[in-house]
Amino acid sequence: MSDRQPPEPSPFTTAIVRGALTRRTALTGLAGLAATGLLAACGSPGRNASASGSASQAPKAAATDLSEADKLVNWSNWPEYIDVDAKGKHPSIDGFTKATGIKVNYNEDYNDNDEFFAKVRPLLDAGQDTGRDTWVSTDWMVARLIRLGYVQKLDYGNIPNLTNLEPSLKDVPFDPGRVYSLPWQIGFVGIAYNPKATGGRKVTSVDQLLHDPALKGKVTMLTEMRDTVGLVLIEQGKNLANVTADDFTAALAVVQAAKDAGQLKGFTGNEYTKPLASGDTAACVAWTGDVVQLRADNPQLGYTLGEKGIPMFSDNFVIPNFAKHKLNAEKLINYYYDPKVMAEVTDYVNYISPVAGAKDELVKKDPQVASNELIFPSQEVLAKTQTFRALTAEEETSFNRQFQAVVTG
Amino acid sequence: MAALTQAAVGAEAPVSRPRRRGGLVPLVLLAPALLWLVVFFVVPTISLASQSLQTGDIDNGFTLTWNFAVYAEAMARYWPQFLRSMVYAASATLGTLVLGYPLAWFIAHRSGRWKNVLLVLVVAPFFTNFLIRTLAWQIILTDNGPVTGFFRATGLTAVLQAMGLTDNDSLLGSQFAVICGLVYNFLPFMVLPLYTILERLDVRLLDAAGDLYANGWQTFWRVIWPLSLPGVVSGTLLTFIPAAGDYINSRLLGNTQTVMIGQVIDAQFLRVLDYPIAAALSFILMAAIIVLVAGYVRAAGTEELV
Repeated sequence: MSDRQPPEPSPFTTAIVRGALTRRTALTGLAGLAATGLLAACGSPGRNASASGSASQAPKAAATDLSEADKLVNWSNWPEYIDVDAKGKHPSIDGFTKATGIKVNYNEDYNDNDEFFAKVRPLLDAGQDTGRDTWVSTDWMVARLIRLGYVQKLDYGNIPNLTNLEPSLKDVPFDPGRVYSLPWQIGFVGIAYNPKATGGRKVTSVDQLLHDPALKGKVTMLTEMRDTVGLVLIEQGKNLANVTADDFTAALAVVQAAKDAGQLKGFTGNEYTKPLASGDTAACVAWTGDVVQLRADNPQLGYTLGEKGIPMFSDNFVIPNFAKHKLNAEKLINYYYDPKVMAEVTDYVNYISPVAGAKDELVKKDPQVASNELIFPSQEVLAKTQTFRALTAEEETSFNRQFQAVVTG
Repeated sequence: MAALTQAAVGAEAPVSRPRRRGGLVPLVLLAPALLWLVVFFVVPTISLASQSLQTGDIDNGFTLTWNFAVYAEAMARYWPQFLRSMVYAASATLGTLVLGYPLAWFIAHRSGRWKNVLLVLVVAPFFTNFLIRTLAWQIILTDNGPVTGFFRATGLTAVLQAMGLTDNDSLLGSQFAVICGLVYNFLPFMVLPLYTILERLDVRLLDAAGDLYANGWQTFWRVIWPLSLPGVVSGTLLTFIPAAGDYINSRLLGNTQTVMIGQVIDAQFLRVLDYPIAAALSFILMAAIIVLVAGYVRAAGTEELV
């Protein structure tokens, strides 16, 4: 017998060991279950399997509209993407409720296109209400939602203010004829830099961003594939409206090379702003609205929009299948297409407004914002904008796979 | 167990009623936990296993094709990230042990009336969101901050660089930062089990060790450490398991070369929508952790670790 007593396991340890054993037992059990073919029950049909032909609207996509009886609209939006007053309220939403008597259940639970899609997909796939009447998706996600038949056609009869839609946005590749979506805010993709961290140097091109030794290890790019690769594609003289698979692979190789050379610090979502302001990131791919807001506190930050072309993204209202308050959602969209209301939003969020006439309203109210070229870009800047073309399902999978191999490789 | 005892004692009494009650009560008490396990563990695990063996895409649906090749593919493509996750998690576990052990001892035996305050302080970071806590480390390790300044002034940045833990004279965006973040985020999981064990340790044993001419080190290694082993085992498991699957620290504090397996699963599941490979990766991670933990617990249980 040993001179030392074996340490008695605490109840804590025992519980953990048991936990592990239970897992193992569960796994053994699993093998048995698999043999019975239970796993086969877990397949999912997909959209095209049932819907004949192209991804047309699912036959029963509309729910009974409770809009008249139930004066409510459920709206999911990105965080900090609407006007806020000193009390933390949203004056434009209050204005809508006052004008129409419709209450708005406003949720800032749209943090990321992919995450939000993962959240609502099982419901839409099963033909269930998502509890939301409208939300704001980025252009390429709108294309996917349309492709899968997850969103409903908008009734223009309920949106008379549509006449105020910026003419250049009326027909877009991801939603030809604007049948399913209307833009909420627009933004450009450019290069932001902090002169403190670049040694006073300007960053004027993608080429410099990816190769300048002064920036080595202090560059971030976006996890949004189309924004990051789009910048490189334009630098290589391609047009985003007709990108081929080879173009994409070639552009991605440039990003991979920069990553391998240690030029890149990382790929980020919204969280690039703080390191940029502090100087931990010297230069990065950045969205216009963020840069305008960052500059309020850090006026020294620089921003470069591409000479050859500027990737443009839009975030768009859509109405999902089985929404219970479709009419109210359309009334809400209509309300925001009033230039006065949109001016109020633009004044706060600093992105580009899709509503013509918002600038004229804002000139009266806040001339400084109205004269900001990043919020109300000139015609010659607008002429340079490019939008990534809609991808087929196969292309989307293939591009995403290649891109994620670089990001998480 | 209750039923057995009762039946043995009251052999004369009518057997059926107490036995039935004894049989039902544990079942009723267990039911909520069992139901919980079935709904939130067994069912998802089965669906995950099924998902990993399916082929297809979201447009055309997924069908079960028993595609076991996906596991080989997953390992072939992502073994570096797997290995990295295990190494980071192990380093972080060691880090929490080295930091947590003295802390737990101090709280248990040297803190006097401050004991409760210190315990609350250990748990206090949990009052803040995990993401916020990790983002705070971006500020702590920032290039112009005092920590980096100190490391540069003392030449520690050069040491870290020589060890391959950082790539340049910054601290942020490196393996070092990721491991620091993991250590910080999981430290309470190490300290609390250690504290529970050490607090119950009879300090008279130390006097006895002294009487038997044991020096400080011998007292620790022959008396305190073996007695605290259950706490060490729980603490290391509670730290290692979540750390191996973590993806926030490496995303916020690391660089493009510090990607952990959690990030890969996140990317495959959410961005690429390749559910089978994401499911296969999750399964491999689960299996790897179970194997490691089972081996570790067995070794610890037979005193071979001592």
